[in-house]
Amino acid sequence: MAKDALMDFDKALELFEPVLGFEVHVELNTQTKMFSSAGNPANSANHDAAPNTLVAPVDMGLPGSLPVVNETAVRYSISLGLALGCSIAPSSRFARKNYFYPDLGKNYQISQYDEPIAFEGSVEIELKGGDTIVVPIERAHMEEDAGKLTHMGGSTGRIQGAEYSLVDYNRAGVPLVEIVTKPIFGTEHRAPEVAKAYVAAIRDIVRSLGISEARMERGNLRCDANVSLRPRGQEKLGTRTETKNVNSMRSVERAVRYEIQRQAAILAGGGTITQETRHWHEDTGRTSPGRPKSDADDYRYFPEPDLLPVEPSEELIAELRAGLPEAPSVYRRRLKTDWGFTDLEFQDVANGGLLAEVEATIAAGATPASARKWWTGEITRLANAQGTEPAALVTPESVAELQKLVDAGTLTDKLARQVLEGVIAGEGSPQEVVDARGLAVVSDDGALIAAIDDALAAQPDVLAKIQDGKVQAAGAVIGAVMKAMKGQADAARVRELILERAGQS
Amino acid sequence: MSEITPDLVRHLGVLARIQLSDEEVERLTGQLDAIVDNIAKVSEVATPEVAATSHPIPLSNVFRSDVPGDMLSLDEVLQNAPDAADGRFRVTAILGEEQ
Amino acid sequence: MSDILKLTAADLAAKLRSGEVSSVEATQAHLDRIAAVDGDVHAFLHVSDHAVDVAADIDRRRAAGEELGELAGVPLAIKDVLVTTDMPSTSGSKILEGYMSPYDATVVARARAAGLVPLGKTNMDEFAMGSSTEHSAYGPTHNPWDLDRIPGGSGGGSAAAVAAFEAPLALGSDTGGSIRQPAHVTGTVGMKPTYGGVSRYGAIALASSLDQVGPVSRTVLDSALLHDVIGGHDPHDATSLTDAWPSFAAAAREGATGDVLKGLKVGVIRELDDTGFQKGVSESFRASLAAMEAAGAEIVEVSAPHFEYGVAAYYLILPAEASSNLAKFDSVRFGMRVNVPGGTVEDVMAATRDAGFGDEVKRRVILGTYALSAGYYDAYYGSAQKVRTLIQRDFDEAFAQVDVIATPSAPTTAFRLGEKLNDPIQMYLNDVTTIPVNLAGVPGISIPSGLAAEDGLPVGIQFVAPAREDARLYRVGAALEALLVDSWGGPILDRAPILGGAR
Ligand SMILES: [Mg+2]
Ligand SMILES: [Zn+2]
Repeated sequence: MAKDALMDFDKALELFEPVLGFEVHVELNTQTKMFSSAGNPANSANHDAAPNTLVAPVDMGLPGSLPVVNETAVRYSISLGLALGCSIAPSSRFARKNYFYPDLGKNYQISQYDEPIAFEGSVEIELKGGDTIVVPIERAHMEEDAGKLTHMGGSTGRIQGAEYSLVDYNRAGVPLVEIVTKPIFGTEHRAPEVAKAYVAAIRDIVRSLGISEARMERGNLRCDANVSLRPRGQEKLGTRTETKNVNSMRSVERAVRYEIQRQAAILAGGGTITQETRHWHEDTGRTSPGRPKSDADDYRYFPEPDLLPVEPSEELIAELRAGLPEAPSVYRRRLKTDWGFTDLEFQDVANGGLLAEVEATIAAGATPASARKWWTGEITRLANAQGTEPAALVTPESVAELQKLVDAGTLTDKLARQVLEGVIAGEGSPQEVVDARGLAVVSDDGALIAAIDDALAAQPDVLAKIQDGKVQAAGAVIGAVMKAMKGQADAARVRELILERAGQS
Repeated sequence: MSEITPDLVRHLGVLARIQLSDEEVERLTGQLDAIVDNIAKVSEVATPEVAATSHPIPLSNVFRSDVPGDMLSLDEVLQNAPDAADGRFRVTAILGEEQ
Repeated sequence: MSDILKLTAADLAAKLRSGEVSSVEATQAHLDRIAAVDGDVHAFLHVSDHAVDVAADIDRRRAAGEELGELAGVPLAIKDVLVTTDMPSTSGSKILEGYMSPYDATVVARARAAGLVPLGKTNMDEFAMGSSTEHSAYGPTHNPWDLDRIPGGSGGGSAAAVAAFEAPLALGSDTGGSIRQPAHVTGTVGMKPTYGGVSRYGAIALASSLDQVGPVSRTVLDSALLHDVIGGHDPHDATSLTDAWPSFAAAAREGATGDVLKGLKVGVIRELDDTGFQKGVSESFRASLAAMEAAGAEIVEVSAPHFEYGVAAYYLILPAEASSNLAKFDSVRFGMRVNVPGGTVEDVMAATRDAGFGDEVKRRVILGTYALSAGYYDAYYGSAQKVRTLIQRDFDEAFAQVDVIATPSAPTTAFRLGEKLNDPIQMYLNDVTTIPVNLAGVPGISIPSGLAAEDGLPVGIQFVAPAREDARLYRVGAALEALLVDSWGGPILDRAPILGGAR
């Protein structure tokens, strides 16, 4: 694959105005699927299901099977529509989107076409520095997910060159809401940041509604990012690309930045942008062309004859509206006050998409400051290194437990970081990792004194300095003692004991 | 006359995933042309003020409660599979070799 | 031929209840009959190898004093469009050869629960696309009245099985006439219920907004008895009606007294004049009307100006929905797979669908794909859906004036096998009187009205009622049936040639 030419980002923004658009698919966490009563793999109760064990006849398109709509999925969809500030259609309909693909049991997807359940809304998102931007929502519609294909042989896992593929229909029929924005103008240099913040905002909304587990690494939330550029001063929109398979918020940010740089280089060189879907590659940080849009995209939509219109009553809409949690912007203001964070501290959490994690960690018993420190610090660093989301690494409960061990003096900060790594590596809960790795702080003064005496004996000049009243010289011995104790000592206690042994306290 | 051409029929064959032979394309072109000529008259009376009927007996809000049931066993899922491996359906490559 | 075979389902059920006949005897008699005549008729694609065991179980339960359904122990033939767990379900297609469903169609499950004994699966046009059963991938069914002629379609197997006394009852499906037109050409009774009156769950879909499962029998009462078993709300079918239905058998029994004809307003459609109908069909139809008039009915001319667009609308809606419904036959999860050496899964799908589908299926799938394509949707599918509205309005206006509408069930008597096979448009016109009924979702029944003078073949009369008035059709149908059988001196099938008589 030839490497794309990229224009410097700032230069690209000088010449072109970026216009964004997003399609976010949210997997609902209902008990059962959108159109069948098979268990829903997007519900935590079914995470460990073996392939093809969450399948009802309609999920695999068995002859004679029929879909029936899940009422809870409809309620969730309406709630989401309301939370997005949308109008709820008095009458909406399902339609068939016809295309052949082995992961699609019926070879059509039941979706909504010209009559979505929710339309015309907006989401306010907050950027670094406290600026807000309003993202206009065109529609949110109900549909079903497809099954999962695994490509085998050749360069395994890649569709190109695979010898065969295996199909699992567990995910087929998982309830989805697809949220489609209108074109988003005026993001300018902040386009990549807007992209990330938008996805974070959607994630926060669906989490606060409790309608999805919203784990991007599990595919509960998937973003297709549309990017187009137009020369400064031009009215007409440029040709857009749709980048699919963007499965973390950080990747959304990077993919948008990449597409801006790539398209700018092409346009500035006198080239044209091909309207196409592109694939995001987490490993290389690049996008590559997928299928060009063609007349094979003739989906032959028509009203789904097996299903009837959804006509929510005023009462139902009012009931669901009354049950909405506070709007994320209100929620943020409340958290900021409750937690006592500075603007900068709070934005660190919010922009990292970590509000829910910090909130849950505090709920599990940690102080706001320590919860923030863990999530925006070490956990984010590790997640970036692994190319994943912080939330994918560790649960808020584990973080709170870890901090409790620190507060109890069982762990130093440094030891706690080692324990965190153990937890992430799947070695168990923090306490289990402490026990298994023997990482607890040595609180037995006898062992420490023995190590201190050895160290002082090895460095008589230092001992002399301390005894001379130059207590800061103790630092040189602390390092040696900590090393001897393999780090499992409390440095403050070591210092106290050194001074004691040197006769300075 | 309608606009059914052999190229259109071939394209429809691609959309419908039916490998039509040249002989079939030719035969279908003629037959579809005649059929379309006969059925195109629906547009004569389908004026804008007439609503479309997609369900003969109007109903709405037919839902199922969110309770698990109706699941097939893995054996039942795979019982008619032309080819299977590792509890999954096996199909030949999705795409050809990389060009 | 065993006397058991000649019994109506209602009479057989009575003898089963009284213990005069056992279900094993009745089932074996029908299996013997199938063995004797089905080589000629070819009504069955599969004959159950355990029907006698099922019958024996019913006999045991009856002997043990268990409360059984009215039709318990009566044999039943099942159209192959309905999926069954104990017999293959192919819908008449090679692409589903040997397919075993992990679940039963709702109507099959209900029939089993009521104690009916499935005898086998009946032949049909592939995926129910046809009016002659010549489009079956497994060879045509022959009309018991004349083995060189078609038994109608798509449910020619079910109608022929009943007409040939291979089964007293059968299940059919009717998308544009597939129950009623075969009834017409075989001298039997067939009912297309109100859309949503009988579950479609487990009926391999042809055109979802038109398909309806219904009973096939030799008498109106028998259809009503079977309808009582299979009808009613099914949560597995979102389009299933939640109505509480009256007993159709009670309606048929009440109708048989003939009182219903007094003052009954019977509509005849002005636009369906005699042109286009075979002379003997028109004559039989007129004679039936005259008989009803003589019994006190009033014949009223009504207008249905949009019926002439019905066939056109149907041949847009059906192929469009079918092209989508049949997409699932792709070689991935079930059914035929044609391997393409070095080919992609797309190549395999396309080759399989080429080899697995017959000409008529391909024709309609391609036509439906065209009708739904970008740029054509509004002109074709969209317009056809509007024609449905217009036809519903025609019916509404007619039913404001009359209680039922009567038409000939089809334009001609059974034509010869092969006669229209290569002329799809002529074939499609077979369903001119039955199609509007499906488009509007209203119920329709075909009962024998007599034999055409010129060829001695059966003719049917169709009655149509407003939506949800299925009981009215059983009442009226039973009333006319009683009059006609009386005038003939016995059931019409008494005049059919004897099949396998020597055997
Ligand atoms: Mg999309
Ligand atoms: Zn979607």
